[in-house]
Amino acid sequence: MTALRDDLNLISNWIPRQATLLDLGCGEGSLLAHLKAEKDIRGYGLEINQDNLAACFEKGVNVIEQDLDQGLHNFQDKRFDYVVMTQALQAVLRPDQILSEMLRVGREAIITFPNFGHWRIRAFLGFKGRMPVSTALPYQWYDTPNIHLCTVRDFENHCRHNGIRILERQVLNRHHHSGLLARRWPNLFGEVALYRVTL
Amino acid sequence: MPQSIPHDSVGLVEPQTLSVSTPLELECGRVLPAYDLVYETYGTLNADASNAVLICHALSGHHHAAGYHSMAEKRPGWWDTCIGPGKVIDTNRFFVVSLNNLGGCHGSTGPGSINPETGQPWGPDFPMMTVKDWVNSQARLADHLGIQRWAAVVGGSMGGMQALQWSVDYPDRVAHAVVIAAAPKLSAQNIAFNEVARQSILTDPNFHGGRYYLHDTYPRQGLILARMVGHITYLSDDAMRMKFGRDLRSGRFHFGFDVEFQVESYLRHQGETFSRNFDANTYLLMTKALDYFDPAREFDHSLEQAMAKPTCKFLVMSFTSDWRFAPERSREIVDALMHAGRDVSYAEIDTPKGHDAFLLDIPEYIKLFGAYMHRVAEEVNPS
Repeated sequence: MTALRDDLNLISNWIPRQATLLDLGCGEGSLLAHLKAEKDIRGYGLEINQDNLAACFEKGVNVIEQDLDQGLHNFQDKRFDYVVMTQALQAVLRPDQILSEMLRVGREAIITFPNFGHWRIRAFLGFKGRMPVSTALPYQWYDTPNIHLCTVRDFENHCRHNGIRILERQVLNRHHHSGLLARRWPNLFGEVALYRVTL
Repeated sequence: MPQSIPHDSVGLVEPQTLSVSTPLELECGRVLPAYDLVYETYGTLNADASNAVLICHALSGHHHAAGYHSMAEKRPGWWDTCIGPGKVIDTNRFFVVSLNNLGGCHGSTGPGSINPETGQPWGPDFPMMTVKDWVNSQARLADHLGIQRWAAVVGGSMGGMQALQWSVDYPDRVAHAVVIAAAPKLSAQNIAFNEVARQSILTDPNFHGGRYYLHDTYPRQGLILARMVGHITYLSDDAMRMKFGRDLRSGRFHFGFDVEFQVESYLRHQGETFSRNFDANTYLLMTKALDYFDPAREFDHSLEQAMAKPTCKFLVMSFTSDWRFAPERSREIVDALMHAGRDVSYAEIDTPKGHDAFLLDIPEYIKLFGAYMHRVAEEVNPS
């Protein structure tokens, strides 16, 4: 088994054995394949990129071609223990709607996103006066799929106003570690934010 | 005619016949006392008989799915695009079985066969077949070949319905079901098109109540019409526009009812070719089998409950421009399978080719189908 991305590894630690899981924008199915092998979870990935679908097929991961922007109407309430969405919240048309759909379909939701409040991003915009480009956000303003970027504070604010309870938070720094600075000032030193939330 | 056999072809193949003398109880309540099944195989069955793939054919299909019967044959089997060495259904790894369904007109017992009780062709007396009956007869073929469990049961359109029925009726005997361009049951519109096709055959003066064999004729015109209407549903509006547009055969209007537009010419040609190679009673029977197909019916009309029975893994695929069995119909199957907690993957291939796309060499389709079948092959025998 190849090494998991750091954020996926953390998520994997949050999920108990034999849970049921829906992975929104599952990519090549690495998380699902890992959880299936290590924790005997059952679940499905949703994906629209056909190269990623092919990769999931080869891995034996259940994957459904479905556009997240069309919603999750085909899943009943509380169908899954967890609905996961890694690094895709900022790329959907309505992050607020998908978030509430995730919490309808799953008992808990796990979300990761690039924190737009990171000091380097602030500095990029503040000093250069240009839209930030970084390793976590490698696109130019005109070709970026990331249309709804938010900060750690934005996300937590949204949760507070919508009755979403944050059960767990991890903020990783540039080196994808949970460093002291990122723990103390997450909105400034966190590059990737991970949340486990419920209603 | 192939000048030489292509390197990725299964080559020259010879159909075989299994004569079954154990009676087959049919869903309609009647019993077929004995019957023949004609089939072809490609590749080699492995020692523990775990690498067998069953190909189920669509409405006008038959056992000849790949390779050539002779060097004089113009075109290879109907799914040669997907079956062969190194192809999607890789005959270097799989033992592929393809048969002609009961009621067919390509060698398996059907309306054109002799009814032993009368010594005459069965004609309209041939019992009505259902997808369930076909699956039961296919299970007898599996028994004969020593195949306890298929690595995969694969089919497009009506073939996909058979794959689905296999998964419900013989859960222990299917490891993977591949259901392409299918539906969990026909819609009213689907049945309506089938009924137009049937009426065109039934009302042909040469039909003779289905006993045309005795009159040394056949309902040619009815079959042509049936195929023409069917063919329209196999293509998409876009596909027809791209292929024919409003092109005229002679470049100008003739102000008459002869063939003027290219699309008319094409449809007539398709109908005529088909009428020479297909039996009208078989066409009637196959369309009825399609209309009756509804695996949920036995489960209180709940597809979710029906889909709780299979234990296999599923691949479901559809094509965006298919309006005969549109992607929504495939998603009904997928949603029911997910609801029931089954292992399922689904891909929707973006193509203008319509329902017929499942037979075509469409790169994305081939890639995804191939990726899935590669996984199946790896499960059987890791490379």
